[in-house]
Amino acid sequence: MVEEAERLSRVFAALADPTRRDMVARLTAGDATVSDLAAPYGVSLQAVSKHLRVLEEAGVVSRTRDAQRRPVHLDAEVFDLMTKWIERYRQQAEQRYRRLDAVLADLQDGEADLTGPSATELSEGAAG
Amino acid sequence: MRTADATATGGTTIEADPSVPTVRIVREFDAPRELVYRAHVDPELIARWLGPRSTDMRIETWDMRTGGEYRYTAVRDGEEIAHFYGSVHRVTENERIVQTFGFEEAPDAVSLDTLTLSDLPGGRARLEILSLVHDFAARDAMLASGMERGMNDGYAKLDALLAGLRPDA
Repeated sequence: MVEEAERLSRVFAALADPTRRDMVARLTAGDATVSDLAAPYGVSLQAVSKHLRVLEEAGVVSRTRDAQRRPVHLDAEVFDLMTKWIERYRQQAEQRYRRLDAVLADLQDGEADLTGPSATELSEGAAG
Repeated sequence: MRTADATATGGTTIEADPSVPTVRIVREFDAPRELVYRAHVDPELIARWLGPRSTDMRIETWDMRTGGEYRYTAVRDGEEIAHFYGSVHRVTENERIVQTFGFEEAPDAVSLDTLTLSDLPGGRARLEILSLVHDFAARDAMLASGMERGMNDGYAKLDALLAGLRPDA
């Protein structure tokens, strides 16, 4: 859990930069070379390589070491991990709000039956 | 990074922003805004839905007014497992609650939560909660804590309970 948390922190830090986010978005379409990636930004290959290094260290992308063109590849597993965590968090919130749904339904039923007294009691409860 | 697969039953959506350490939760309810608000500020009502089924939320203080505070303890099988507390920064009746959220087990991990309610057509309401923490590591810890706490929840038990409680509206 701690290792996963550290890994995710690196991923989020890497993606905090808009240029790197854009690179990742473009890599979802397929592998690309450093010069492919540099083309739209009007920055040096060095600057792009620096961004790629951050993404590599976070485990977001990888590069083939031996191929001459060294295409950059998006490692989707790291996103699966994040998606899993976020989905679990979402499910917990959803479970909580389903319980709230039930409470709200009870309140609406109660108000239809007993208008005045129950509403007064409830607002007194809120004030205390 | 973004999960927005709202279900047919008006499911919760969540978004972890890649550039700022926030988590945004959005949920719609088949009830008017005023009622959703009341379910947040009334201590007896909050106790009925705040915690997982397997956990009792013992509400010690629930003073949802500007300058107020809240404090509650999660109790599972007779054992106190977490102590939550926060300051209520500002409350705008039926509209917005701004509060801090934290727990004694990790006292430096505080989030600033803004709950905003708005009307939807047909007497329905939308709730948005924007939680801001001070860095990405803190946000990741927050998301990860959901994993740990969620594991032991009896989802099946909950579904059965809801099936009995929820009238067709």
